[in-house]
Amino acid sequence: MSNTTLHKLALRAAPWALPLGLLAAWQLAVASGWLSSRILPAPSAVLAAGWELLASGEIWQHLAISGQRAGIGFAIGGGIGLLLGFITGLSKWGECFLDSSVQMIRNVPHLALIPLVILWFGIDEAAKVFLVALGTLFPIYLNTYHGIRNVDPALVEMARSYGLSGFSLFRQVILPGALPSILVGVRFALGFMWLTLIVAETISASSGIGYLAMNAREFLQTDVVVLAILLYAVLGKLADVAARGLERVWLRWHPAYQAKAGGQ
Amino acid sequence: MTALHNIRQGIPPGGVPLAIENIEKSFGERQVLKGIDLHIPAGQFVAVVGRSGCGKSTLLRLLAGLDQPSGGQLLAGNGSLNAVREDIRLMFQDSRLLPWKRVIDNVGLGLSGNWRKQAEEALAAVGLADRANEWPAALSGGQKQRVALARALIHRPRLLLLDEPLGALDALTRIEMQQLIERLWQQHGFTVLLVTHDVAEAVAVADRVILIEDGQIGLDLDVQLVRPRPHGSPLLAALEARVLDRVLAQPELPTPPEPVSPLPTQLRWAL
Repeated sequence: MSNTTLHKLALRAAPWALPLGLLAAWQLAVASGWLSSRILPAPSAVLAAGWELLASGEIWQHLAISGQRAGIGFAIGGGIGLLLGFITGLSKWGECFLDSSVQMIRNVPHLALIPLVILWFGIDEAAKVFLVALGTLFPIYLNTYHGIRNVDPALVEMARSYGLSGFSLFRQVILPGALPSILVGVRFALGFMWLTLIVAETISASSGIGYLAMNAREFLQTDVVVLAILLYAVLGKLADVAARGLERVWLRWHPAYQAKAGGQ
Repeated sequence: MTALHNIRQGIPPGGVPLAIENIEKSFGERQVLKGIDLHIPAGQFVAVVGRSGCGKSTLLRLLAGLDQPSGGQLLAGNGSLNAVREDIRLMFQDSRLLPWKRVIDNVGLGLSGNWRKQAEEALAAVGLADRANEWPAALSGGQKQRVALARALIHRPRLLLLDEPLGALDALTRIEMQQLIERLWQQHGFTVLLVTHDVAEAVAVADRVILIEDGQIGLDLDVQLVRPRPHGSPLLAALEARVLDRVLAQPELPTPPEPVSPLPTQLRWAL
């Protein structure tokens, strides 16, 4: 093995050193009795609980239903946010008519609507999807709007003088110009997506990861509670990786993302 | 170097004859162009010089159709300049390449059909054939301007408008670009209007130097020197001195900001 591949391996391993070290310390602390397993079960116990749920197939059911809620909510909220952002970003009339209304609604913390949402939708799927959609709409709306407004007017002027207008101007100049900002919005929205889902599932649900955690709490199964928390973390990380993947593909022209892609 | 001749066959090469008749332009209270009359025969290489804020870039923007004149008319031959809009291409001060399109896709901007081969030829004509698949961010300033030149040339313009395209380049790259533009102009025979504040550049490349002072033509000078013109020739130096004397004899204007590209807020009108 050459020196450079060793160096690359070390670079890849470096980010994992601290989390693995913490896990080891945690395991030791529980094993030595210094930390009660009532407060925090050992990682091995969490792993065992995970294995049990995995073997019974129960965990997949919860993961699927949580993923479904998150995905549908994100698609609806993100789609509406994108559309509204395009409208207000591209047309003076749209901005005049819509922006201040959207900004007003944005200032309402969407989790404060939970009592109302329960009255409207019961503790149904629709309630959770609605909350997730509301949570993801605004970050995407704001960043789409600002992304479009900040597209370099010099480039738009150039493109128009080369005969681009209407949809081709939008597709070739305005959308790619706004894309870095839109993707920032997507990353924020993904964060809000999980946060909202956790709260919604914890308050009222009969399935999903949040339900798994609340149910385990009733029976003092701290290992399952910790497992559920870890599952949320993994899902959040996966969403972030997906967003970064999009950035790497769609923004590969951008020097900042080229450097990042090369460094990893 | 004959590559570009094949791009738009069937259309007679050559330039647009230009008639600028009593053109005026005001931005609000401020009158930038105060009645400019200028006749440019087809295929002439004209350099427009002047202090910053004199209105030379405004004139170019009017010719490019980016702004509308407040008075007077712009003619191409006997018809309106708008009728030959497709034959006019503008090169900006900055290259204005789309950073998210590869070099070759920037050259083919606004073209439909199978333009790839033409774009490769246009890039070859500016000496960048091997950079076709790179991102603009990977190019130097001079290379970006050469791509912008290829992007203009692929349309086979009959009037090429150059808005200080060499202003931001280093001295050596500048001379290279001047020679490149001169060579392509000799090949294609388009009319060129080069706006510059570099008087030496103007007399080195142009057939005719127009000095704009305070929105009016202050000097109209024919440069009847054979090409290629050797750098540092005393004849060029004498002409340069003549124009500079005239420029510097004028008291400097209180510098109003040049009217430039639309404000960010105007972008909303883009679609």
